[in-house]
Amino acid sequence: MKFGVVIFPGSNCDHDAYHVISKHVGQPVDFVWHRETDLSSYDAIVIPGGFSYGDYLRAGALASHSPVMRAVKDFAARGGYVLGICNGFQILCEAGLLPGALVRNENLHFICDHIHVRVETSQTPFTANLAARQVLHLPIAHAEGNYVCDEATFNQLTHDDQIIFRYCDADGNADPSANPNGSHNSIAGICNRARNVLGLMPHPERACEDLLGSSDGSPIFRSLTSTLAAQAAR
Amino acid sequence: MKAKVYVTLKPSVLDPQGSAIQHVLESMGYANVKDVRQGKYFEIALDDESNGTPHADLERIAREVLANPVIADARVEIEEDTTQGEARQ
Repeated sequence: MKFGVVIFPGSNCDHDAYHVISKHVGQPVDFVWHRETDLSSYDAIVIPGGFSYGDYLRAGALASHSPVMRAVKDFAARGGYVLGICNGFQILCEAGLLPGALVRNENLHFICDHIHVRVETSQTPFTANLAARQVLHLPIAHAEGNYVCDEATFNQLTHDDQIIFRYCDADGNADPSANPNGSHNSIAGICNRARNVLGLMPHPERACEDLLGSSDGSPIFRSLTSTLAAQAAR
Repeated sequence: MKAKVYVTLKPSVLDPQGSAIQHVLESMGYANVKDVRQGKYFEIALDDESNGTPHADLERIAREVLANPVIADARVEIEEDTTQGEARQ
């Protein structure tokens, strides 16, 4: 199994993701430059956090039109696993790989904090090792994490069980007071209908070692490796 | 040929920056300002010599790049070049 971590000009969580995959999860991983057009040697692609293209135009907008994103669209259409973290989530929405959009936080602040999210379902390759309603303690760091979509899209997401993480309090209540950025229905992460593309605003790659305050991000990467290992064994 | 593109948030999308501006105006005494919506404005210059379908291109550029259709609407205004024949510096 092989991972690729995409680097755009302005990505700044690329090394964190690389570190977690290579050292913590112990899987082969390459950096993939944004001009790359061939992803055929990879099983999973991580679109990391950061400020691709300086967030010019809109967060993720310019990156979504880069050559590698055309390749990521083909990769996803063929069933490849794609994980978008923070700016990566914004890029996946801008690219149309995930529905909806991420706009300015309701309070207009850049929020850098540790928050709680509730796992809504274990029925994805990214949450297979987690339990539904399990609470994770993860860091967030974003100015545009306020998820919006129209009601038809929201109903579709609900109907197809595509809401994967919701902001919640330490006890797992997705109360509006535990919603840091005004996201619609406290949405912190969603997947596509085929369930092979996931985007989330929190940073699991910054929470894989107790030394960093939390290792709750680890099962997300380990779920993906378990899924890939099970596929390879078939 | 020049084009102006106006990108505005859809009415259903909350505009916290616009609201912040409105609150500041209110605190400055402009009690009659009821709402502020912030948008983006682009000026695009096109090469007149080139072939193609500039109007259609501009509509696509506005829809696919400048505006995110999930949250915003785009309006394109095209100014035909009226200075043709004038000496260029």
